[in-house]
Amino acid sequence: MDVPATLGRILDTHRDQPGALLPVLHEVQEALGFIPPETVPEIAAALNLSRAEVHGVISYYHHFRQESPGRNVIRVCCAEACQAVGGEALAEHARARLAGSELTLEPVYCLGLCACGPAVQVDETELHAAMTPVKFDALVARLELEK
Amino acid sequence: MKITVYVPGDAAALALGADAVAEAIATGAAARGVDLRLVRNGSRGMVWLEPLVEVATPQGRIAYGPVTVDAVVALFDAGFLAGGAHPLCLGPTGEIPWLARQTRRVTPRLGVVDPKSLTDYVARGGGEGLRRARAMAPGAIVQAITDSGLRGRGGAAFPAGIKWRTVHDATATQKYIVCNADEGDSGTFSDRMLMEGDPYCLLEGMAIAGRAVGADRGYIYVRSEYPHAIAVLQAALAAAGDFLGGFRVEVRKGAGSYVCGEETALLESLEGKRGIVRSKPPLPAIEGLFGRPTLIHNVITLASVPDIVAGGAAAYREQGVGRSRGTLPFQLAGNILRGGLVEVPFGMSLRELLYDFGGGSRSGRPLRAVQVGGPLGAYLPESQFDAPLDYEAFAAIGAGLGHGGIVAFDDTVDMAKQARYAMKFCAIESCGKCTPCRIGSTRGVEVIDRIRAGDRTQIGLLEDLCETMVQGSACAMGSMTPIPVMSALNHFPEDFS
Repeated sequence: MDVPATLGRILDTHRDQPGALLPVLHEVQEALGFIPPETVPEIAAALNLSRAEVHGVISYYHHFRQESPGRNVIRVCCAEACQAVGGEALAEHARARLAGSELTLEPVYCLGLCACGPAVQVDETELHAAMTPVKFDALVARLELEK
Repeated sequence: MKITVYVPGDAAALALGADAVAEAIATGAAARGVDLRLVRNGSRGMVWLEPLVEVATPQGRIAYGPVTVDAVVALFDAGFLAGGAHPLCLGPTGEIPWLARQTRRVTPRLGVVDPKSLTDYVARGGGEGLRRARAMAPGAIVQAITDSGLRGRGGAAFPAGIKWRTVHDATATQKYIVCNADEGDSGTFSDRMLMEGDPYCLLEGMAIAGRAVGADRGYIYVRSEYPHAIAVLQAALAAAGDFLGGFRVEVRKGAGSYVCGEETALLESLEGKRGIVRSKPPLPAIEGLFGRPTLIHNVITLASVPDIVAGGAAAYREQGVGRSRGTLPFQLAGNILRGGLVEVPFGMSLRELLYDFGGGSRSGRPLRAVQVGGPLGAYLPESQFDAPLDYEAFAAIGAGLGHGGIVAFDDTVDMAKQARYAMKFCAIESCGKCTPCRIGSTRGVEVIDRIRAGDRTQIGLLEDLCETMVQGSACAMGSMTPIPVMSALNHFPEDFS
């Protein structure tokens, strides 16, 4: 993907929006998968911010990434409601299963699926409830086959 | 004849396979030459029955659930499109006792309407509040909110009328309505369900608030963990036409910071900054978003507004107990057999909610502890299950209702581990502005680790640390993290030895 063109298009849409930094960062990450450090100076200049301010925001929020993630991002809920139904054992299983995998594993603190946990999200699009280690392995196997 | 079938598009239903069920029903209908209208409604809130499929029949809507893809052929064979008998048939949806026993004031349309259809919304009573508000003086709308006794549903339970009055009285060329949809508490999902299932109700509440306080712009700050809610809100806005009049709403996506649920951190985030809490005063009602007077409320608070304005403050106030007026959509979560959304007037006991609605634990083991009000809420032992669910009664036992999330744990729970997690979560999510929260949480994890390793002399140190965090933190994150920690220690001391 043409990074400068994509960035230019995104910045043009948001230049006059008050408090535009988060929307801009979201769009950059959606387009490129992460926020490349080399985009920071241009974002800062377009929004009349310092590079430190932009970097500070990127590094503050868990959602923003500065490096390219794996092919899929699997988020396993580690919050209380999922803990109450075996979420911790599932998270440990997921860590072991995905060690060295091309897929990225991340903890997430609540997906709002608290009455049907443990909950898992794939790439912000796909949701799974009542997850078990067996079902998790099937999910990972499917994602690995899809490459 | 066209037959209408409802398959929820709510995130919990999707997580339980609703898309595949919808597809199987569409395929099955096509194969049988049935003229099908498939509506992706929100969820009725009976999460253990999801995907809950409903069929519109001359006798009303008939429910089937939980429906799996494998069951769809059998459902067709059983004539479910005419409400035919099948082991999954639950009868008329509205007569399912779990639902029939609720008082759905804020969520009457949840799971009933097509969330993206304004026509559907209006046909089910939506829009009446805004229509009335347009005929009222702004001050009279503020008075109605005050008279209703509505308190902020996000967790702090601050009287809404005081906020409305303050913003109404402030003089400024620009004011804002901000909806806090950063529903980060584990065990809560009522905001998500309302946004996904009845988005126009929230938008109407915001527009009424705008008219009352003199704001023509609104923001909805939705956490990034809720992409489906964001999509529904955007679709609803795109199809809103002139429903909201001149009131403009922008949906903003959060970025995974729990502390952004704190109102001043949320405002910072909306302004494009790190989500670090502001010192108060100035109050957001005086100097809020971009330094302007801002009315900031949780989703359920704003969604309560159309009903109050349409039905009158007195009708709303009639329900509830003491200073807790109206209803609260509670959320039954964690290790619970029948989890989901239970909207009832304040005053019901926790035990009724856990057993009469929830049916006890999902695992079949005894319930041992219940955390009410999210990660900053107290862990309650069985001896406190008879506490009535109202703000003051909970405050009296050192607990809080928060956003109405109730997370149940069975007797396999290790409460020292839960206390450790509370500190750990605070360490992960602290914004870093104040020392008691930023450093105290990490030290708290270490102290609890030593206690769990057998060093009981550290218990005094933990109590001391908690006291420091309570007294010295800048916001609820640091000052309330000790609540789950100390309630675990006080009610379940055997787990700390």
